[in-house]
Amino acid sequence: MTDLAIETAGLVKVFGEMRAVDGVDLQIPAGGVYGVLGPNGAGKTTTIRMLATLLEPDGGTATVLGHDVVREAAEVRSRVALTGQFASLDEDLTGMENLLLLSRLYGYSRAAAKARATELLAAFDLGDAANKQVKAYSGGMRRRIDIAGSIVVRPDLMFLDEPTTGLDPRSRNQVWEIVRALVGAGTTILLTTQYLEEADQLADRIAVIDHGKVIAEGTSGQLKASVGSGAVKVRVADPADRSEVARLLGESLGAEPVLESDPASVSLRVSDPTAVAGALQRVGDHGLVISEYSLGQPSLDEVFLALTGRPAEETQEKEVPA
Amino acid sequence: MSTGEVVTPKPAPGAGMDQRIIAALGSGERPPRASAVNSSLTFGWRALLKIKHVPEQLFDVTMFPIMFTLMFTYVFGGAVSGSPKEYLQYALPGILVQTIIFITMYTAMTINQDIEKGVFDRIRSLPVWRPSLLVGALLGDTLRYLMASTIVLVVGVLIGYRAPGGFVGVIGAVGLLLIFCFSLSWLWLILGLKVRTPNAVMGMAMMILFPLTFVSSVFAPPETMPGWLQSFVDVNPVTLLVEAARGLMNDSPDGGDILFVLGASAVLVVVFAPIALRMYNRKS
Ligand SMILES: Nc1ncnc2c1ncn2[C@@H]1O[C@H](COP(=O)(O)OP(=O)(O)OP(=O)(O)O)[C@@H](O)[C@H]1O
Ligand SMILES: [Mg+2]
Repeated sequence: MTDLAIETAGLVKVFGEMRAVDGVDLQIPAGGVYGVLGPNGAGKTTTIRMLATLLEPDGGTATVLGHDVVREAAEVRSRVALTGQFASLDEDLTGMENLLLLSRLYGYSRAAAKARATELLAAFDLGDAANKQVKAYSGGMRRRIDIAGSIVVRPDLMFLDEPTTGLDPRSRNQVWEIVRALVGAGTTILLTTQYLEEADQLADRIAVIDHGKVIAEGTSGQLKASVGSGAVKVRVADPADRSEVARLLGESLGAEPVLESDPASVSLRVSDPTAVAGALQRVGDHGLVISEYSLGQPSLDEVFLALTGRPAEETQEKEVPA
Repeated sequence: MSTGEVVTPKPAPGAGMDQRIIAALGSGERPPRASAVNSSLTFGWRALLKIKHVPEQLFDVTMFPIMFTLMFTYVFGGAVSGSPKEYLQYALPGILVQTIIFITMYTAMTINQDIEKGVFDRIRSLPVWRPSLLVGALLGDTLRYLMASTIVLVVGVLIGYRAPGGFVGVIGAVGLLLIFCFSLSWLWLILGLKVRTPNAVMGMAMMILFPLTFVSSVFAPPETMPGWLQSFVDVNPVTLLVEAARGLMNDSPDGGDILFVLGASAVLVVVFAPIALRMYNRKS
């Protein structure tokens, strides 16, 4: 498995003054899922569009499945599939018509296209919605038909740009299941996301990008080790107890407590989640009452804070999954 | 509960999806690449499907011609030619040309919407003959021009228009018009690829179309206009298109006019098609 599916060196794209992608080097192995993690405006979509031959780089080189994205764009296109960030099928047409259209464009005969579209709709649980216009589909259904459209002909490499942004947890899990199935069948997937949890769940390796630059690369274990494994958040019953609780937790967990704007809440970075139960127990032993607590994975914000020393900047508004 | 019934949980809707997807992936064998003709026709088919699903888009195509024909005939007819009936005889070929030329701007709107919706990226990432999206779109548009032409002619005949050139003359005029509009559409593709939003496309298209169609011999003979305006009217390709169509429909075809229109169409394609294709290929 030393084959590289994607290799880029010093990839650059400039829009006017804006260096949207600013010298990206990636080595993406064939097989499995490679995650590209970054906040809004980091340059994820722009990178993918260059790799999918939709946009010519202003600098650097990129090779996809052994073919140069500029000089051998046609070879690249015949082996990759792109599922864009926003549903990229024709909303006015039905799910069936969209898949028929794609099947015909891929070269299927009329009858074979019909069979293929029907098979895909059934596989993605869209049989009932086959003759509804895509604009009437829910967010999860749109994502599924979009992905179905990308595997009309099985791609060797698939780009999935933020496939779960804006989806509810159930639809998100379905997309994850689909991604795992695709990988199981041998397709390499390049996935972008704004959520560390998603990259953690799916990706074998992750590149974190910000302002068009790769600021960290590694397995999710390596990334998380650089951040600490997460944070514990505690709410006390009586705000007057907060400073005492913060002091006790800080001692037992060996971390700096952060007093939140909510006067009853305190949070701490933890490196060893197994120590949390003991620390909470100790607070109780001192007769202090905790009304709520939670232990979470580090968020993308925390990863950014740890990697760059400043919070992730958002350049645009974006929905957050429920 | 106490009856010892065994409750088998119903599988969740997504259950087994991964197995089916793996199976479906396995059968995704690559067929031979679609030919340029097939992929263009497939995009043309898409244009037809869009007409089926969004019949409102035919509203402009059908209502404008009817409105224009009736309005111009009865509002201006008496003033320009003495009677609506005589005016209709003069103006109908021009109204036909103007109506269809106006519809050509939808080419720009359609491509612009595709870009905005992300459909464009998906299509450009497919291994198909690249211009087929554009050619297919133009084929679909040409069908719309044909529908609108039929409507204008039917309304015209209903309110008393008679073509001295007969059926053959009318077919000739419509054919010439379609050739010109197909060629003009390449210019709209450039606008659609360049301008950011469908609304801006609409605005710019109006700015180009109004002078081009009104400052011509569509509605009134140029002899009554001031000299400086006449000189523009005389070189306006729309004037020559109208004169050629009028000639054909009035059974007095003018070979010079017809050749000019065919030449202008060829120039439009030769100049604008390569630019449009180039922009389409490198659209950022
Ligand atoms: N066609 C374009 N013209 C001008 N600027 C652009 C264009 N496309 C992207 N940009 C800018 O480049 C930067 C990177 O955009 P990109 O879409 O790659 O980010 P992203 O990581 O995909 O963000 P998001 O999470 O919001 O999708 C942004 O500041 C964006 O405004
Ligand atoms: Mg993006």
